Amino acid sequence: MTKAASGPILAAAIALLVALDRLLGMPVLAPLYALLQTVMAPVDWIATALGTATEGLGGWRWLLWIALLVGVGFGFRRLGQIVTSNRPFFRDMTAGVAVGYVLAAAAILWVLLNYSRAFSSHGGMPDTYFFFRLVLHGLVAAFVAATLFKLLGSWVGTAGSRKLFRQMPGTAAFGILIILCYAVAAIFAGLIAPHGQAAIFPKANIIPLVPEAMGGSPDFPLGTDQIGRDILSRLIYGAQNTVGIAFVTTMLAFALGVTGGFLAATLRGWVDQALSRLVDVLMAIPALIFSLLLITAASSLFDGSSLTVAMIVIIAVIDSTRVFRLSRAVGMNIVVMDYFEAAKLRGEGMFYLIFREILPNATAPLLAEFGLRFCFVFLTIAALSFLGLGIQPPLADWGTMVKDLGQFVNYAAFLPQYAMLPLLPAGAIALLTVAVNFVVDWMLQRSSGLKE
Amino acid sequence: MADQSEWLVEMRGIHMEGRSDETWTPIIKGVDLTLKRGEVLGLIGESGAGKSTLGLAAMGFTRDGVRISQGSVTFDGIDLISASAETKRQLLGKRIAYVAQSAAASFNPAHRLIDQHAEAPVQHGVKRRSEAEADAVDLYRKLRLPNPDEIGFRYPHQVSGGQLQRAMTAMAMACRPDLIIFDEPTTALDVTTQIEVLAAIREIVAEFDTAAIYITHDLAVVAQMADRIKVLLKGDEVEEAETRQMLSNPQQDYTKSLWAVREFQRPQKPAPAVDATPVVSVQGVTAAYGKIDVLHDVSFDIHQGRTVAVVGESGSGKSTTARCITGLLPPRKGQIELDGAALPLDYRNRSKEQLRQVQMIYQMADTALNPRQTIGEIIGRPVEFYMGLRGGARRKRVEDLLEQIELPASQYIDRLPSELSGGQKQRIGIARALAAEPKFIICDEVTSALDQLVAEGILRLLARLQDELKLSYMFITHDLATVKSIADEVVVMKDGVVVELGPKTEMFTPPHHAYTDLLLSSVPDMDPDWLTRLLAERGIENIGDAAVGKMH
Repeated sequence: MTKAASGPILAAAIALLVALDRLLGMPVLAPLYALLQTVMAPVDWIATALGTATEGLGGWRWLLWIALLVGVGFGFRRLGQIVTSNRPFFRDMTAGVAVGYVLAAAAILWVLLNYSRAFSSHGGMPDTYFFFRLVLHGLVAAFVAATLFKLLGSWVGTAGSRKLFRQMPGTAAFGILIILCYAVAAIFAGLIAPHGQAAIFPKANIIPLVPEAMGGSPDFPLGTDQIGRDILSRLIYGAQNTVGIAFVTTMLAFALGVTGGFLAATLRGWVDQALSRLVDVLMAIPALIFSLLLITAASSLFDGSSLTVAMIVIIAVIDSTRVFRLSRAVGMNIVVMDYFEAAKLRGEGMFYLIFREILPNATAPLLAEFGLRFCFVFLTIAALSFLGLGIQPPLADWGTMVKDLGQFVNYAAFLPQYAMLPLLPAGAIALLTVAVNFVVDWMLQRSSGLKE
Repeated sequence: MADQSEWLVEMRGIHMEGRSDETWTPIIKGVDLTLKRGEVLGLIGESGAGKSTLGLAAMGFTRDGVRISQGSVTFDGIDLISASAETKRQLLGKRIAYVAQSAAASFNPAHRLIDQHAEAPVQHGVKRRSEAEADAVDLYRKLRLPNPDEIGFRYPHQVSGGQLQRAMTAMAMACRPDLIIFDEPTTALDVTTQIEVLAAIREIVAEFDTAAIYITHDLAVVAQMADRIKVLLKGDEVEEAETRQMLSNPQQDYTKSLWAVREFQRPQKPAPAVDATPVVSVQGVTAAYGKIDVLHDVSFDIHQGRTVAVVGESGSGKSTTARCITGLLPPRKGQIELDGAALPLDYRNRSKEQLRQVQMIYQMADTALNPRQTIGEIIGRPVEFYMGLRGGARRKRVEDLLEQIELPASQYIDRLPSELSGGQKQRIGIARALAAEPKFIICDEVTSALDQLVAEGILRLLARLQDELKLSYMFITHDLATVKSIADEVVVMKDGVVVELGPKTEMFTPPHHAYTDLLLSSVPDMDPDWLTRLLAERGIENIGDAAVGKMH
């Protein structure tokens, strides 16, 4: 019980401390940072000393580190055996596991060390640890949000949903939370976004996340782009455009692929041959190049929103080939089952066979594939937009935003806040992809667990 | 009184628990188990009684999600529960070996048999590789595997099921262990193959004076193998006694009920009128998978209200005949008549009415019921499809059908198949067939996946339904005890040919066709001397596959 509760308690404590410090203005974090620096000072000293002492070894230094790690690992195990008088945990621990524990401890120490340095070396403008801090804060925030979300889910709701939340891993809770956030942003973009996606303001290139005196602006917390559009608003509208279009495309791809795949599995014979060979041909051409080619061709026929529709259809058809293969394979496993044979011998029609006998039994793998396929479609659209062929301006789109803001990366050395700009839409893409994959992993694990 | 140190395995007050969802539920509730050197203990019980769990615990091993919550396991003075992983590694495979139920699933298909055989002795440092291989050939010879010098160099898929099971026994013997745990080693085999494996196991266990725990649900088998028998029921020990005493004089009611199962027998019905039209008539059917004929000129009749049992080993064409009758495999020659009128050969060309008359009940109730449909949907669909009943009328009919198969409707109608036991699932399969109100039902090994008590219930239900509804059954089985209890006529098949056919009483009185004789004599009796006597009578060369081979 204590083991299960330690995560939520830690998360709640972090959330409370940050809330006290940032929202209520009580300086509770500063003493903690000071404490961290005091604790880390000897580690810092040893690490620096070790670094200078072994400088002469050059590239061979790594061998020394590995030998040290292995040595400490064995020592750790031996010590554990002595201290706990041979408890099974230490007694049956393999050398690999022991070294793993030490490696993990070393990694945590390294992170804490750098984090403490991040606060002692400020003052000058070029902030070496800006991105390090960003990543670490992001990870901690993700942990806190996911844990609290899971806690909330296991208290609120029906008995079934509470049990579901209790049993899900933290990664899945994080994934669901992120997907919910994206869905809210996409659906209510018009209400949430402070400005319009195409609105152009007179002041371009406002620096994000800095006070007004340094070139920021409270009206535009994430700054403006080269022609003066609010980046925060465009990010929120981007959720609507990019995610919405990806969702529609994936649905279409599944409607095509699943119907075709199940038909091929049920009918076999020439229908299977014809559909499968057609899919082979389509899959033989590299997907991105093929869609580029077709969209270029389509752009000479359509423009504006009808070009977007053409893009949806083209990507859906190309992606439905993968769905076809999966649903055909899954369907093949189901049509050999006795219950399917019983339905066939009853004289049931094709519609009943496909939608009442096969589909309900194929939902788990298809849902998992839906999650992955959605990510791929989404990345394809972003890639096409990056190349200028996808979602057309003035509609905001994350792929286009990465392209437009890309040059700011050059500021990384002396103005990291600026360099962060292209990473925001890229990060939005990455975050959704990771979140969807977490949820899909969890669903796959659940569906395979049920089969045991 | 046995001295304490005399026990090879000593398990005291074993309590085991399995995790379901978030709680631990007891699986074994306080069982003692002791075993002397060279002794064979039979563990019997229904599925779910905890036989395998207890057997594995004797090795100090538990499956994932299972734990030993109380009690002690001692092997030759070593406490297995608190032993270190290293100590267990030294014991398992070397002094304690395990033979699994399905050898086909337990061998690694990517390695040759002898490589897998030699792995344990080489890893444990008992023998060098060349010695281990020589010893393997020796063991293969002892276990009477064909071509002992070469068979080890084959891959598992190149060897038959019975031979694989013997190769697995040889593998368990590789380090000359003190204890072998046999987990239902012959359950998946035909009777004629089973007898060979039994003889081989018994001989080699006696030769090396190995102690064994023999887990099975087949009483007649355990009677041949074990010195002592322990009966388990839902994690509790029912009783334990010497084999002979247990067979002749069981003490507990549960044990007596297990013994009584084999006594269910229907009276022989009078022969049908000579001019009666059979419900189903199979006439000169020859069928092929691809270009190879698997059925040759099969003919038999099934009359109203009667049961025709089709028996034979796996691969003899029993199920293929059923596929021809249902129209899944259109025969190459011959025809199927229903009530004197020829049926279209392909089921797709049959009318709804013709399809309705021929229903099927499957062997594996797990795969025969759609796991995503409730019981009400599964049974209601044929009611709606054939009878056109909807809404309340449909529900009423489904409730009647559930009543007929002796399951309370209110309790089961909204459940999913996964929430039922094996026997209940099989009953739902019967109800689905009945829902079509057919004349004729094909029962494809409907009881072979079930425990004996449950199977008995199913057979009684089928018999009652036949009397009430004037149904005709084609009963496919390899179990002659089932044939004895339910059949009116018997058809014996071998290699796609009908070898013998006639009324049941004739079939069970000599003289028989040689193959029928072999099948009949291979069914184990409850008599512990049966195998010894059979071997003395016929010689080891004249039982099992060896004898089948001689018949060509």
